[in-house]
Amino acid sequence: MPGKLKVKIVAGRHLPVMDRASDLTDAFVEVKFGNTTFKTDVYLKSLNPQWNSEWFKFEVDDEDLQDEPLQITVLDHDTYSANDAIGKVYIDIDPLLYSEAATVISGWFPIYDTIHGIRGEINVVVKVDLFNDLNRFRQSSCGVKFFCTTSIPKCYRAVIIHGFVEELVVNEDPEYQWIDRIRTPRASNEARQRLISLMSGELQRKIGLKVLEMRGNAVVGYLQCFDLEGESGLVVRAIGTACTLDKLSSPAAFLPACNSPSKEMKEIPFNEDPNPNTHSSGPSTPLKNQTYSFSPSKSYSRQSSSSDTDLSLTPKTGMGSGSAGKEGGPFKALLRQQTQSALEQREFPFFTLTAFPPGFLVHVGGVVSARSVKLLDRIHNPDEPETRDAWWAEIRQEIKSHAKALGCHAVVGYSESTSICEEVCILSASGTAAVLNPRFLQDGTVEGCLEQRLEENLPAGCGFCHIPYDELNMPFPAHLTYCYNCRKQKVPDVLFTTIDLPMDAAVIGKGCLIQARLCRLKKKAQAEANATAISNLLPFMEYEVHTQLMNKLKLKGMNALFGLRIQISVGENMLMGLASATGVYLAALPTPGGIQIAGKTPNDGSYEQHISHMQKKINDTIAKNKELYEINPPEISEEIIGSPIPEPRQRSRLLRSQSESSDEVTELDLSHGKKDAFVLEIDDTDAMEDVHSLLTDVPPPSGFYSCNTEIMPGINNWTSEIQMFTSVRVIRLSSLNLTNQALNKNFNDLCENLLKSLYFKLRSMIPCCLCHVNFTVSLPEDELIQVTVTAVAITFDKNQALQTTKTHAEKSLQRASTDNEELLQFPLELCSDSLPSHPFPPAKAVTVEKASPVGEGNFRNRSSPPCANSTVGVVKMTPLSFIPGAKITKYLGIINMFFIRETTSLREEGGVSGFLHAFIAEVFAMVRAHVAALGGNAVVSYIMKQCVFMENPNKNQAQCLINVSGDAVVFVRESELEVVSTQQPAANCQPSCTGGEVTT
Amino acid sequence: MTSELDIFVGNTTLIDEDVYRLWLDGYSVSDAVALRVRSGILEQTGATAAVLQSDTMDHYRTFQMLERLLHAPPKLLHQLIFQIPPSRQALLIERYYAFDEAFVREVLGKKLSKGTKKDLDDISTKTGITLKSCRRQFDNFKRVFKVVEEMRGSLVDNIQQHFLLSDRLARDYAAIVFFANNRFETGKKKLQYLSFGDFAFCAELMIQNWTLGAVGEAPTDPDPQADDMDMDLDKEFLQDLKELKVLVADKDLLDLHKSLVCTALRGKLGVFSEMEANFKNLSRGLVNVAAKLTHNKDVRDLFVDLVEKFVEPCRSDHWPLNDVRLFLNQYSASVHSLDGFRHQALWDRYMGTLRGCLLRLCHD
Repeated sequence: MPGKLKVKIVAGRHLPVMDRASDLTDAFVEVKFGNTTFKTDVYLKSLNPQWNSEWFKFEVDDEDLQDEPLQITVLDHDTYSANDAIGKVYIDIDPLLYSEAATVISGWFPIYDTIHGIRGEINVVVKVDLFNDLNRFRQSSCGVKFFCTTSIPKCYRAVIIHGFVEELVVNEDPEYQWIDRIRTPRASNEARQRLISLMSGELQRKIGLKVLEMRGNAVVGYLQCFDLEGESGLVVRAIGTACTLDKLSSPAAFLPACNSPSKEMKEIPFNEDPNPNTHSSGPSTPLKNQTYSFSPSKSYSRQSSSSDTDLSLTPKTGMGSGSAGKEGGPFKALLRQQTQSALEQREFPFFTLTAFPPGFLVHVGGVVSARSVKLLDRIHNPDEPETRDAWWAEIRQEIKSHAKALGCHAVVGYSESTSICEEVCILSASGTAAVLNPRFLQDGTVEGCLEQRLEENLPAGCGFCHIPYDELNMPFPAHLTYCYNCRKQKVPDVLFTTIDLPMDAAVIGKGCLIQARLCRLKKKAQAEANATAISNLLPFMEYEVHTQLMNKLKLKGMNALFGLRIQISVGENMLMGLASATGVYLAALPTPGGIQIAGKTPNDGSYEQHISHMQKKINDTIAKNKELYEINPPEISEEIIGSPIPEPRQRSRLLRSQSESSDEVTELDLSHGKKDAFVLEIDDTDAMEDVHSLLTDVPPPSGFYSCNTEIMPGINNWTSEIQMFTSVRVIRLSSLNLTNQALNKNFNDLCENLLKSLYFKLRSMIPCCLCHVNFTVSLPEDELIQVTVTAVAITFDKNQALQTTKTHAEKSLQRASTDNEELLQFPLELCSDSLPSHPFPPAKAVTVEKASPVGEGNFRNRSSPPCANSTVGVVKMTPLSFIPGAKITKYLGIINMFFIRETTSLREEGGVSGFLHAFIAEVFAMVRAHVAALGGNAVVSYIMKQCVFMENPNKNQAQCLINVSGDAVVFVRESELEVVSTQQPAANCQPSCTGGEVTT
Repeated sequence: MTSELDIFVGNTTLIDEDVYRLWLDGYSVSDAVALRVRSGILEQTGATAAVLQSDTMDHYRTFQMLERLLHAPPKLLHQLIFQIPPSRQALLIERYYAFDEAFVREVLGKKLSKGTKKDLDDISTKTGITLKSCRRQFDNFKRVFKVVEEMRGSLVDNIQQHFLLSDRLARDYAAIVFFANNRFETGKKKLQYLSFGDFAFCAELMIQNWTLGAVGEAPTDPDPQADDMDMDLDKEFLQDLKELKVLVADKDLLDLHKSLVCTALRGKLGVFSEMEANFKNLSRGLVNVAAKLTHNKDVRDLFVDLVEKFVEPCRSDHWPLNDVRLFLNQYSASVHSLDGFRHQALWDRYMGTLRGCLLRLCHD
């Protein structure tokens, strides 16, 4: 019995009236863990019962501690009939299982019912006594820390970054079991919630075991997802990056064992061609190498290559010669070899991180992605989820080979996703091919001289832009120039990545959110025909998304995309593509050419006039954008750069219509790099539409900036006010004669209007920046499009922003000292330095987020005395890994919650909007309550991974499933830091950040 | 393309004060959007009407969800669903319980019953306040009334504790509750010139001096029963007021009183001769009002009587306010010199309050 779980039920409040006669409730509580259940006494006739129970003790294996959630059920006692359930609380006790996180969970939890929502609150105290167990065959992985944050967490140092860990578990979906026909919706929902909670626990434990096997002690960038496959089951899968982390305050290594080379690590034999450059033709530029494969799972076999090649659209022919050893300098070769040796031991050299310790990222190749269409079938044996494993393994293998083709040994910013419609499932994976510094990947053996040389060889701010592949044998046609920053190495003309902008990157001006949106109609079809149709459409979609991104990037006068995320969603009769990224101007890359429009029918005078009018509009927009985003790169004469690879200006027709014959498709060429100026040929109304839509994207109103990355390039003087929000929109398309254009317009309008609404709602925060803007699109039903956005608005100090008219070199220096992100060694000192002219006196920095457009100063303050004793502490939520103006002092553990809400009285609850609004507010409340109970005051790296909404207005019903996760933390305002740090760093900080502070 | 669903949920609940006001004023979403458009917000922000519509809907939905909590303000403070900074919570509560002068004048002193609620349509038509807003205000009055009705202790404190209102607003509610409980007539035509403020002023004086709570004024009263009920007038006190009748019934006493007052005020009043001529009428009026207060019907007509018997005669003779003050002071004080009169304390308790009320009621 390696663990004892102790639970105490203290009290309840605001309970619902369960007895109409007395207007009161006779409540009692059932506490369940595993198969053991305890009950409190019945507290008669009260809506605010005080149970003050004894300590309920559960003696359990630590394996169970990891898998099982603690279930607390509040019931109303009824003498004559069955007791009525009021609601439940699930508490994940995982944070109590590792020493550095929370020691006790104690607080008010909302009592949640899947039909009625939150019904009062219950005060619970939970503790765990762990006995050390040295059994090496143990199945538990207590002690492995999990972080959703996709960078090294703030108060830790990465000793070793081991690499990719993945796992998936499958089960039958309770909603589709036979028993569901006879049980109540509530019972079915609860069975589902319980099962998913159990599966997440199990998954986390299994991942933990893998980490321990790799001799790591933590998982960073942990991303867990659910696939609701309907009839065929429920898949919970997770990926992450195993690391050995060291707490910064304690210099002693956390796991001394990690410093010896891990010999036990499995050597995975390399079956691949040793030459990495397998692609010499094929699509090009950053967004390289998509493969669309569809293997009908019914005929699925381990050798799926036959069906693969049939449908694969990227020719896998053409052998490039290996890049290792062929590089210019001996240094590169050395570096490569060492990195290679470090990475080849791994089956998948993938990293879910998007930001890295300084020096980790050496070169970036570009985005690699792979998609595959699969037919779902019932998972026959849940204990052996081989099929799903094989599917993902196949995709990862593809990603790996794409990375190799780019001369890279690793993939960073890696993520996986699915889109399911009926029995068709699109699996997608994407990441950024990169060359990494081996220093962090292994123990300290390769450090030393190499590192020295590294520093010399890599000028700050541009190193990562230098091409990792062989210039003479490029994997795709690209336009190379000498780096505009160091003038020594070659760089591409544009760079697309899925990672965050590196801290030391030299950037000119500000960044902005760039989106490509696309719809494609598809015929309704069944099974394999459907899957084939989707497979056939995918390359067109990818191509158009890419073209749109490229056009919009040029229109902004920028040359690189960060945080690129392309989502393809499948519905009954259409496919949707949504790509979001943050455009920036990298100082190292050449100035992008403009966009030229060419007409097809030159003899028509008025048409020509129209074309030239459009051209002027485009040029004006580019000029305006350059001004708006402060892009004014220093003039560099051509001689210094040396005009590289002169290319005759060439007009290539862009393929856009679906009617292209199939042999043209194989010539699909995504390379736009060859041209000085980008030529858009307007040959039909379709294309015209595209140009129009290009110009209709309105920039955010003045004072607003937006990006989908962690930080906004060019803004670094954040003030403390933050507002995280989720916005959901569903539109119904008129089913009459839908065309692709109409669809595109609808979708475009939907996204643009949504953004406009956000800007309007948050106007009181100006000047502010929407960070980590995360759009997801889904097609819940035939004519419905759902878009969900989560982001955080952060205010910044305009005065400071204005004085950034320095050279970019200075700026990057300034950035380096300002962003507390990268400062692994001494974040404390530097952070407090970083806001030298903080506009508020320290006392005022405590102001709680205010949110109204009108100032609250004029409110009569002479009264309202009872309001001061509010007991509810403020919990901040943010999708970012940091809180501006504050320092995270402690990570309390991962928050991973799954909720189902259902209603049979949709109209009475305010329709679909009222229903979902209330539900999301409840989800926020439950997340905050759990964080507060852990002793935290914020959630960072918060993400709403799923928001599945289904409605049946005719039956007055709706159901919604939401899955959220994040890291619970304790933060201290920098202004309070000095005071607190002289006392006790962690203990004091929580009360100092709670509710009643506004009195200051 | 129609929007099926459109929501925005912030971790900190967004409260737009302007939209809140429109919602409180009972405007429909479309009316509110129209009003916002008229305010020039589109030009200021560059937003479109669709954006405004969506924003307004969203705020309205939030307010509807908050309304349940606003009915019991302490719940708003302890609930976990909406994260709202305390200053905003206070604003939400204060605005929700705020009322329109025009509305309160219609309802003041009426029984807060279903019957009155049915008349709200008429009130709405008459005042131009939307029916929805009238209902909210009426329900607020009624809710506060129900909660504090059976409570002991200070009316204002009770209201403040259970509704978390500002001092000013809590006092106003105390007046409303007090008037509703005692059903004072305020709707008569001759009372139309009086504002809610006038009545609230009088209510406060009466609560302080004429209720049961006022009796146990001893600094530390050990008996909790004593400071019970701020809402009901002290029955015993009203009963005792009959004793004052002797001031006008006894002719000698009346004459003596008159001569004392006239001697003191001679040369000091601009309207001395009118006062002298009217003294007996005025005094009879004031004393008879006191003597009649044993009957509920007459309690209800207190303000009508005061205006008829005192304010109107003064007004017809064009008494300046200062003369009224001098007169009332002297009128009250002179009674102490009447040897044959034994109810000095009773007189002070009655006249002290009445003097304050009358001064407030004497205006145009």
